[in-house]
Amino acid sequence: MSSIEFRKDLFADERDDTLKEIGKPTIRQDILGHVTGRTPYYDDHQFDGLLHMRAVRSPHHHAQIRSIDTSAAERMPGVRRVATAKDVPNNLNTLLSLINFGRDDEPLCAHDKVRYMGEAVAWVIADTERQARDACAAVRVDYSPLPHVLDVEEALTPNAPVVNEVYPNNTFDYHQTYDHQKLRFGDVNAAFARADHVIKAEYQMSPIEQAPIETCGAIAAPETNDRFVCYTNTQALFFSLGTTAKLLNMASSRLHFIGGTAGGGFGGKVDSIVEPTAVLGAVLTGRPVKFAWDRYEEMQVGAPRGGERWRLKDGVMADGRIVAREFTGFFDSGAYMRLSPYAIIKGTGHLPGPYSIPNVASNVFCVITNRTPATAMRGFGITAVDFAIECQMDRVAEAVGMNPVELRILNAYRDGDMKAHRRKAKNTALIECCQVAAGKAGWAISPEAAAQSSLSGGGTADRVAIPETVTDQDGKIGERRAGRGGSTSPSTQPTGRVAAGTHGEAIGGAPVQNADMQIDADRVGHRMGATPAVLPGSTPTPTLASPAPTAPIATTPPPLRNPPATPTAAAPPASPPTKPTPPSAEPYRPEQPFSRGTKRPGTSPFTSGFRRR
Amino acid sequence: MAKAPVTFTLNGAETALFVDPGAPLIDVLRRGAGDLTPKHGCGQGTCGACTVLIDGVPHLSCLTLAEAVEGRHIDTTGGLAGGPDLHPLQTAFMEGFAAQCGFCTSGMLMAAKALLDATPNPTREQVIEAISGNLCRCTGYEPIVDAILTAAARMQGQGTRGAV
Repeated sequence: MSSIEFRKDLFADERDDTLKEIGKPTIRQDILGHVTGRTPYYDDHQFDGLLHMRAVRSPHHHAQIRSIDTSAAERMPGVRRVATAKDVPNNLNTLLSLINFGRDDEPLCAHDKVRYMGEAVAWVIADTERQARDACAAVRVDYSPLPHVLDVEEALTPNAPVVNEVYPNNTFDYHQTYDHQKLRFGDVNAAFARADHVIKAEYQMSPIEQAPIETCGAIAAPETNDRFVCYTNTQALFFSLGTTAKLLNMASSRLHFIGGTAGGGFGGKVDSIVEPTAVLGAVLTGRPVKFAWDRYEEMQVGAPRGGERWRLKDGVMADGRIVAREFTGFFDSGAYMRLSPYAIIKGTGHLPGPYSIPNVASNVFCVITNRTPATAMRGFGITAVDFAIECQMDRVAEAVGMNPVELRILNAYRDGDMKAHRRKAKNTALIECCQVAAGKAGWAISPEAAAQSSLSGGGTADRVAIPETVTDQDGKIGERRAGRGGSTSPSTQPTGRVAAGTHGEAIGGAPVQNADMQIDADRVGHRMGATPAVLPGSTPTPTLASPAPTAPIATTPPPLRNPPATPTAAAPPASPPTKPTPPSAEPYRPEQPFSRGTKRPGTSPFTSGFRRR
Repeated sequence: MAKAPVTFTLNGAETALFVDPGAPLIDVLRRGAGDLTPKHGCGQGTCGACTVLIDGVPHLSCLTLAEAVEGRHIDTTGGLAGGPDLHPLQTAFMEGFAAQCGFCTSGMLMAAKALLDATPNPTREQVIEAISGNLCRCTGYEPIVDAILTAAARMQGQGTRGAV
């Protein structure tokens, strides 16, 4: 029996305990449909005259396409249309181009060469699925096999075959400059030199298929007014719609996408491949067309969580304090980029895990190989490196002869600590998690470890400081192109330094792109700070005397909870603010973004924390 | 190819259809008889989402030839509820959070119904054995096993049809 145990003794003053749903039994809103079999999945929408579309797929990892002969297939019984790359109006895309990220690198249908086994090279649309399968077998494709590369580090060697000409170094180009995503905090090499132990290890996580019970599929059909309806099990309806509009060069107003019900997804249904393919079939035939992967395609062609290789190097003092941690990471993106470059940015922000380590360096490469393209799956970008980090923590504990739980508590980040990506840790809870887990497992920890708290000991001058950080001759933090130029490890030849900061607030960070990110202390909704009283309707005038905001994160957070319902005239704050308060305690403005978990009147039910009814 | 006539009883109703020779039962149920409750998960007999009862015995409708069910009694999840009243298995699945995406649920319910019809008071091991041919990717199975045991207990206490 599964159950939730609430530990209300922990962080009790940070939490609003007037919970209405959490902790109480509830019935899923969609489960009546599930148990009666009436939930409409995409394939439960029936169309008269439905045609079936199947893909002809590459048997090679990497091959030039010399020619495609569809004439025999076109003469097969029941075949309505054979389509190839030339039928796709705009046959080049990358999934995240819809948010202006990355370069178009992937065709819907291969035309010059295939880059992974199972890549589509043609489609057949026929009256029945069996006829479509038979006709696919009759499409003759003349391939000229090319050398392929299936290992991330082989792909980075100078003589490796170029898999995707859009990325000729077999890596994603971060900021158009770097062949890897970089993180530098302090000076790891100096710390390794003074560490009592240096512990190195390599960790490999295999690709993992999402394996939903319902495979990816879509049905598209002509509608009135020259539109096309598409029933799909996508997890990303508007990505699918936008991608279809782009690939097929159609106004998105001509596309009517209906989704919302997926028979499992786990990230594997975001890639927007079946939808443009099915809509293309409907465009070419003027008939309802179903394009669905069978189980073999789901496993072979469906994008998995990419394989990741991580090398960790820790510098540890004899008492268990980790003073330096260095990462070299390789994401296997497969033949096309899709979501992997984003996963690496996410993963780099996560380093060095939930620990306060004063010197951190990482180089993470998004590598193109001739494997099946990778995509989202359940915490992708985080899961594999967490696996590596926690295995490494056990190795460190072994090396210094320490209780592994106590080692984690000793090194855990605490509220106020500066993290390697130069934001302060908030709402930390690793220490308490370790204590509770040790108790549950009957794993003895020392009274000292049991007495630690995430709320105390963090944010001291040395733990909040940004250390001097090594740079290279260009003033950049480390080498720009590491992959094909030799060593992939972080440089050991620093030539300069970025000055240290005394506090995180004093460092002018990169401007945030999203205004929402400036609401710093309130980003996580459950901390219940003192609520400055605010006169609703009053607009604080900018004070000329107020200091220029040197750093966006230094502003005082706006009140998290509701302003008082009745206008109380300038009631004193419940507790005095601990530092000078810039005049940013503005009244609630509905158009402003705000934190999760709060309820404010008159705002959208989709974002306010109210449960939809 | 000439179509073949097939008659069978679907959830208690006489059904007569012309089917393509070699057509799997799931296609005939879904496209021919319009019963969309069996789900097509793998088409190769590994996932169990298409499970239906033929004369009370669980069968994989993706691997069963439609012509082979001539004269047989077929039960699907579409016939599980008695009018507006849910079957105790359905109620227990709802209350026990025994479905998330719901795609395996029809097959799970059929496998569970076959078990409880034959073994009204099963052990946990018997429940696990009974649904061992049905894959679920969301729940981790424990809530499903719990729900089947809950339903069995209620049916023991309240006859074959429990109150909702």
